[in-house]
Order: sequence, then C-alpha cells, then structure tokens
Amino acid sequence: MAEGQVHVAHHGPPTSFIRKHVFSLDHKVIGKQYYGLALVAVFTGMVLSWIMRIHLVWPNSPIPGLQWLSKVGAPGGIVTPEYYLQLMTMHGTLMVFFVLTNAPFAAFGNYFLPIQIGAEDMAFPRFNMMSFWTTFVAFIILVAAFFVGDGPPLSGWTAYAPLSAVGGDSGPGEAVGQTLWGLSIFVFCIASLLGALNFIATTLDLRTKGMTLARMPIVSWAWFITSCISLLAFAVLLPACLLLILDRLAGTSFFIPSGLNVSDHLQPHQGGSPLLWQHLFWFFGHPEVYIAILPAIGIVSHILICNMRKPMLSHKAIIYCMMGIGFLSYMVWGHHMFLSGMNPFSALVFSFPTLMITIPATIMTLIWLGSLYGSNLRINSASLFCIGFISMFVSGGVSGFFLAQPSIDIYLHATYFVVGHFHMVMGVAAIMGVFAGTYFWFPKMTGRMMSETLGKWHFFLTLIGTYAIFMPFHYLGLAGNVRRYSAFTDDYLVPLVPVHKFITYAALFTGAAQLIFIFNLFYSRFKGAPAPDNPWECTSLEWSTPSSPPPFDNFGGQHLVVYHDPYQYGVKSSTGDYLMQTSPERAGETP
Amino acid sequence: MATTLPPPQTVEEQPRSTHGNGLGGGFRHLAPADNNLRAVKDPAGEPARTGIWVGLSAIAMMFAALTSALYVREGAATDWQHIALPPILYFNTLALIASSIALEVARRRVAAFMRNQEASQSPATLWLNVTMGLGLVFVIGQYFAWLKLRSEGLYLPTNPNSSFFYVFTGVHVVHVVGGLGGLTRVMVKFRSSARSLRRSTIDATSYYWHFMGLLWLYLLFVLWLKL
Repeated sequence: MAEGQVHVAHHGPPTSFIRKHVFSLDHKVIGKQYYGLALVAVFTGMVLSWIMRIHLVWPNSPIPGLQWLSKVGAPGGIVTPEYYLQLMTMHGTLMVFFVLTNAPFAAFGNYFLPIQIGAEDMAFPRFNMMSFWTTFVAFIILVAAFFVGDGPPLSGWTAYAPLSAVGGDSGPGEAVGQTLWGLSIFVFCIASLLGALNFIATTLDLRTKGMTLARMPIVSWAWFITSCISLLAFAVLLPACLLLILDRLAGTSFFIPSGLNVSDHLQPHQGGSPLLWQHLFWFFGHPEVYIAILPAIGIVSHILICNMRKPMLSHKAIIYCMMGIGFLSYMVWGHHMFLSGMNPFSALVFSFPTLMITIPATIMTLIWLGSLYGSNLRINSASLFCIGFISMFVSGGVSGFFLAQPSIDIYLHATYFVVGHFHMVMGVAAIMGVFAGTYFWFPKMTGRMMSETLGKWHFFLTLIGTYAIFMPFHYLGLAGNVRRYSAFTDDYLVPLVPVHKFITYAALFTGAAQLIFIFNLFYSRFKGAPAPDNPWECTSLEWSTPSSPPPFDNFGGQHLVVYHDPYQYGVKSSTGDYLMQTSPERAGETP
Repeated sequence: MATTLPPPQTVEEQPRSTHGNGLGGGFRHLAPADNNLRAVKDPAGEPARTGIWVGLSAIAMMFAALTSALYVREGAATDWQHIALPPILYFNTLALIASSIALEVARRRVAAFMRNQEASQSPATLWLNVTMGLGLVFVIGQYFAWLKLRSEGLYLPTNPNSSFFYVFTGVHVVHVVGGLGGLTRVMVKFRSSARSLRRSTIDATSYYWHFMGLLWLYLLFVLWLKL
C-alpha cells in the first residue's frame, strides 16, 4: 500500500452566504436544493395535469389566465389540441426527469447516503455542486420552452422520431421548443452521470470503519444500485440526444427516413431509422423506471423496519431483489415497442424478461407483507405512506402482468390502461416513498417535527384521491379509450366522459390535498415542535449525528465505528428494544 | 417515543489486515493531527481511482450505444456509401499511442520522485510535457482529418458514413481535450508543489488517458470496418 494517499476532509465549514446556501459543497445543502427543485417541478407538473384534466372534460370552457401563457396555444383560455399535447409533454418530462429522478434519488440520496455510511461528505463535493447546478440549468432550459417560439414541444416525454427530429413542420413547439427539450435532456444526462459517479465512489470508498457493504442500510443499497443503473442508462440517452439535436440542427439523418412528407413538405433527409430512436430511448427509458422506484423501495423498507420494531423477514433478500431488478431492467426495453413494427418474435424475447421482473418485485412485496403481518406497527405519517407505497406498488404492478404480454398489449397499447399502470407503479408509488422519506427524515433535516395530524390527513386524502384518479384509468383503457386525445367526441368515447369528469374532480381534490403537505412542510420548518435527536428510535447512522440538522461535517469531528447491521430491533439493550449501529453492546447483554 | 442517545463512539486506530478491497469500510478519518500524510497508511480505495473507473465505464457505455446506433442505422440504410478514411488518422494514432507511453514513463518518474528515489522533478516534468505535446498533435491531427473530408465534399450531413465519422471522432476528441485538461491540472500541481500532487490524481489521469488511446483504437477499427 502506498504512502501519502490518505484523503482528508474535502472542505472546511462554509463562510460566505454564497458558499453556504447557493454554490454549496455540502451534500446536505445540495440534497435540499434537489428537493426544492423537485418540489417546484412537481407542482408545475401538477398544475399542467390540472389544465389537461379540465380541458378533457370541458373542452370548450376557457381556463382563466391561460391565454397569458400562450396566445396561440390557448386563445381566449381555451386549450387547442396541439397545446394539450404540449402541456402533456412538459408534464411528463418534468415529472419523470425533474421529480421522479431527483426527489427519491438525488435529493434524499445526497442528504443521507454520506451520513448513513459515516462519511463527512460525498467523494467529489465539487462534482456534486456541479451536478445540481447543471440539473438546474437543464430545468431552466426546459421551462424556457414555454416562453419562446410557439411554446413547448408536443412529441411527448419520449420525443418519438421522426416527428421530433424534423423541426417546425411537425407542429407547434417542434421548432425551438423541441430543440430546447433535446438540449435540456442532454444537459440533464451530464448532471445525472456526474451524480451517479459521485454516489458510486462515495459508497465504495467513504464508508466509515466497520461499515461493511453488508451493514449498509437497505436505502443506501438502493441509492447505490440506482446510481449504477443511472450511470449506464443516462450514458445511452446522452448520445441519443446528441444525434437527435444533430438531426434537427445539422441536417443529419440518423432518425429521419427517406421520402418523409410532413405538413406537405418533403423532408430533405434520407435513410434514417425512427426505430433507432426508440431503441436508444427505451434502453434508457425502462431502467429510468427503476431509477425512480428503487430508491422509494429502499426508503420504504428502511422506514418500515424501524416502525415495525423488528427486522424484515430478510432484508438481504430485498437487496438481492433490487440487484435483480437492476440487472433485468436492461433487457426489457423492447416491451415498449411491441407495436413499433419490429419483428414479432423479438416481442416474445422482450416479454420473457419483463415477466421475470415480476419475480423479484413479488418477492419484495411478500417480504414486506410477511414482515408486517403480526408486527406491532407504529402508525405515523411515515409508516402510513409506506403502506400506501406498497398498496400502489402492488395495484400498479399487477397491470404490468397484462402489458408485458404482447398479445394483450396489442389491445391495451396507447390506451388509458397504460397511463393508469405507470402512474400508479412508477409515479404515485415513488411519490409515496418521497412523502414517507420526508415525514421520516424531516426532524433530522430541520431539527423540528412535522405535524402528525396534518400528515395523517395528507396521507388518507392522497391515498383515496390517487386511487380515485388512477383506478378508473384502467377501466377506460379496457373500454378502448385512447390516450393523448385532447377531447372525446367519438361515439364510443362519449359514454366514457362521466368517468373522465369523476377523474378530473378527483385530480383537483388530490392536488388540493397536497397543499396540506406544503403547509405542514413550511409551518413545521419554522414552528414545528423541536425534534429529539432520535425521534423514531432508529438505529442507522443519520440518527447518531450530534445535532439536527447535522453539522457541516456530519459528525462534529467524531469518527464513528459501526458494530452492527442497521436492523437490530426487537432486542434487549440498554437503549430499549434496539441497538444503534454505533453501539458496541451486543443484543441481550444489558450492561 | 423520544430517547436520549448514548454519545457516538469514537474511532481508535487499529491495525488492519485487509488491503484496499473496500469491504471493510473506507478509512477516511485517519489523517494525523500534524497532517503528515506520509505517516499514514490508508488501505481504502481512493475516490479518484474508483471514480475514474466508474467514469470510464459510462464513457464506454456511451460509445457502445453509438456503435449500436451505427449498426442499426446501417441495417436500415439504402444510402450507405463507403468513404476513404483520411490517412492522417494513422499518424494521429501513432501520436496517441506514443503519448500513452510517455505518460506511463512520466507517471513512474513522478512516483519515484514522490518516494524520494529521484532527486529532481525535471525528468517527470519533461515526460509530462511530451505527453501533452503528443496529445495536442493528436487533436490537431484530427482537425486536419476533418479538413481533408471537407475538401472531398464530405460534411456532417452528407451521408450516414460521414455523419458517423464526425460524431465518433468529434465525441472522442472532446474526451481527449478533457484528458488534456486533467494533464494540465497534474502538471500545475506538480510544478507548484510536487508533494501536494496525490498519486491517485496522476494515476486516475493516466488511466483516463490510456483509455482514450484504447478507445481510439477501437473507434478506428469500427470506422475502418463499417465506413
């Protein structure tokens, strides 16, 4: 072993305002910045979904103020069909990239991964800062699409070629807006790669003494596995975006076929392959689903164990299942393309691993349920949202069985059934995980408790509301309701309008219920009851910091030693029914 | 529900038997108070070394994606027209290989100097300069290759072959320029205060640089084979 290789503290305490709150190197501040960005993005995305839902059921009613956002897209406040698609594109892009990727992974991961493994900071604090601010730039570029040219793109968050590649001929927003979209996602990829690199190096190299890989909390494992997935997934989307931008700006023909006539204009391209974009995009896109859900799985497992006051049936099995899901996630991208015209035999090839993914997912669910059975679960906002997560994960996941089979997918493809499926299993479930994490870690992040009463109201209204929105989507899909339509005027769709009205009311109701959360978040930040050091009696290292929030170096200059895995619950010890990871005491040996 | 916690345990430095496999946890906190780093033995992986491997795997993945894009695009194409690779590419290849060799010599000289086996830092500096010079020759050479194609009327959008040529070489050159930036950082640190240069920094930079060389050999093979 070489001498002189030690890696000492990366940076001292911040002194200036800018270094402390803006261009901070502190992983905790960066984590909160990610959380704040995700919060802005999620409410923007939610308002967009409100506008879409209102337009769907009252297509001729003006939405006050909308004309200010786009005179062309919403003349007099009435959304045009094209603008509906533009709003849908922005909703999807904001939610998938800036909420579901940022909140459970980048926000909580940044804040708690270093603390949970006993490190002072991330391995590369400057990369970490760059990672957030690059993400922020990507966000600004994306949102700028609302205000330039004829608005944001309308090609959906998947930006299917060739229409996304040919420019303004393919519709409003496809000129400047789509270019901004490509640029934004390109920049976002760079930010995500920097973040993933940091997470991996931190986990491998900065664990404190005694913190073996096997002793890492499930949620740290989840962030680690997610960063591995992220590293390989965004490395594919990055060149895909480059090729898309070149097709748009430099006249290349990677994705645009010969003889393509759009809006009566023969496109000056030849020989490109639209399917190539789909392959590249979904090779990223499906792992992206797990980038969103795995951290939530980790958060929920971690919080549930603490609140059950007993270990999971097997927390290692959950880690192995997450690894299995991560591995399989790279083999299933074709299931998004069953109807793309690719060889039908390849559909079978993609169907098989897709169905296989249900095995680790089912094992995890059974472990959660089996562990919950007979446990003396502490009911609080965090644990309730964990239950909500499991419920959504199962309800949304079951429809995956259907969609994974090409013969059934032929019928259900591009219907509301698919929309219901992914909103439940990927969107709402991951958001439930974020809520659980927020209620659980808020005392550590701020030194104050959130209101449990408001938290429980928030939970029940959100659970009921989200089911009311997304369960009927499945029914609509089975009834043949196609997605991406901006109004339902076809004979077979008109009878379904009452269902859509119900969903719109539910969406407005559920969105309004989130204001309870926002109020709780900000009120508790300043007026909440002071939090004890370890309010949930949890064993992992974030609860061993000398203060809440932790000091800039996390442990106040103390260097922790880890003696146990993080799930020593239901044991006899001097602290009660649990043993801190830092306690040298052995279970059952009460001094 | 609230409890009072026992104070966190503090670490006692203990002898360890394992070396750098990362499985026993990182050992971040062993810098002595007098900051004499040479007195410390740290078996944990260095983040710079780990980070560079992780980064290289992402870069490899990106070029794998580009290669698969080339194959799919070729399969869909009726407009595939072979182009003659500019001969200067082969000269550039030699320059890049030579730069890798020079960097490896420089790395060993730096290590010898840091171990006090070599009194002067001039040989190490010389070899770092040679590496930098050859790297610049490669970048300029690639630019001449593009000029050659342009002189033949082959621009980025002319046909899929020229598109892929510019994309492959362009993305690679961007990464090489990044490597030159890393080399510059190493040289500045080495010149200003040789002792402040970590072994892991120059190691990581050299891994990156060698990888750029290997990657270029791979890309040249693909370009030669497919274009």
